[in-house]
Amino acid sequence: MIRRAGEHGLLVETGALDVSHRLDAALRAERPDGVVEVVPGPETVLVVAPGADQGRLRTRLGELLARCGTGAPARAPGAGQGVVTVPVVYDGADLESVARIAGISADEVVARHTGSELVVGWLGFSPGFAYLIGLDPVLHAPRLATPRTSVPAGSVAVAGPYSAVYPAASPGGWRLLGRTELRVWDVAADPPTPFRPGTRVRFEAA
Amino acid sequence: MIEVLAPGPLATVQDLGRHGHAHLGVPSSGAADAGSLRLANRLVGNSEGLAGVELTFGLARLRFLAGAWVALAGAPCPVSSGTARGAGMGAPFWVPEGGEVRLGAPSWGLRTYLAVRGGIAVEPVLGSRSTDSLSGLGPPPLRAGTVLPVGSPTGAGGIHVDLAPPRGPRPAVLRVLPGPRDDWFVPGALASMCAGPYEVSQDSNRVGVRLRGPGLARAKEGELPSEGMVTGAVQVPPSGEPIVFLTDHPPTGGYPVIAVVSEADLAVAAQLRPGDEVRFSSRPAR
Repeated sequence: MIRRAGEHGLLVETGALDVSHRLDAALRAERPDGVVEVVPGPETVLVVAPGADQGRLRTRLGELLARCGTGAPARAPGAGQGVVTVPVVYDGADLESVARIAGISADEVVARHTGSELVVGWLGFSPGFAYLIGLDPVLHAPRLATPRTSVPAGSVAVAGPYSAVYPAASPGGWRLLGRTELRVWDVAADPPTPFRPGTRVRFEAA
Repeated sequence: MIEVLAPGPLATVQDLGRHGHAHLGVPSSGAADAGSLRLANRLVGNSEGLAGVELTFGLARLRFLAGAWVALAGAPCPVSSGTARGAGMGAPFWVPEGGEVRLGAPSWGLRTYLAVRGGIAVEPVLGSRSTDSLSGLGPPPLRAGTVLPVGSPTGAGGIHVDLAPPRGPRPAVLRVLPGPRDDWFVPGALASMCAGPYEVSQDSNRVGVRLRGPGLARAKEGELPSEGMVTGAVQVPPSGEPIVFLTDHPPTGGYPVIAVVSEADLAVAAQLRPGDEVRFSSRPAR
């Protein structure tokens, strides 16, 4: 289903993240006329195209969605770009609490966090803040009841089914496992972040 | 160069925004009332997308370290200047070297735009000079003592318009297109939203206009997976009281959007003051 989001936006319901990623890739490869923003989410892709012929765009989006929904060859934009490795010093303030909630040792938290490949689902909350999916279910822990007023840039954290690297200092309620020297947000770099929807990510104990 | 002597309650550099990075979590930002910035730019012969200063509730003083053509548009403020002749709203005027421009409080509206021939030439970040109040991208808000570089007017167009008569306030009615998530609300929610009226809350800012008034009841429980948001989106948090997103809105959000304000009325939303009364109007989709 394609929903209208104002005069210039169309919200495509993909129903699944991998379909969002494939549609995102197809739209970036093709760039239909007038498209300014393509914003994938877990179950949607928002397409903003001021001045475009909305009827034609809707038809084209429907065609692309049909192709992407059936596991077509279009690949997620981050796929094929190799894996972004994030070196982590696991000395975070919440390492123990995550271990306690999971009923395992801190060492096993590290082993499980570094043990599987994650994928960038989407970015949001702040520039370069990537929601990484595929976290070991044992590490799923609720957010802190009281968020911290400031979490340093480079903090590596978990909350619910997600992991993330804080791109800049900000308030935050995620549980901190450690920190990385890798800069995941730099406006002078092009692109400003190594993450984009579909990027594969692996954490590594530094 | 322009030296800020007093910024007023809030003054920021704004152009037409930072586009094409929403998928990286970057808000679009840009002038909240883009039409007024475009007008001020045209009056001094600039292309419409050059950066100007967005003044919130006037009350600012600026000193020009070099002579410059200046124009003001948007919320009408009393303008005075010791040395610039013809200083006022909606007309280009020359400020000589060392001259000051002083603005009082606007008689209506909230945001006034100052354009200078050549544009404000702070360093762009990701293709835009706009201050993004949500993420902190772009130059910090102006303070007393901030010095703003002005771009070269070489290549600017001629100054052909003597006066663009300032308009009175437009009715505080925001026309909306329903959706994308109107089906998350009980039948009649959109009608009760349009019956209004709402009062603009003190907590409003460049991210959004927060409203107090009839709560909008949901038909669906649970959480909406995070999805892309457009400027003008009327997002409804659990309190039921809507928020109209302005240009610094987060690029994604998890509360359902019942309707989206038409682009033509974003300027109306951007000029609402805390305490103002506002209504919504639905109209058939084009």
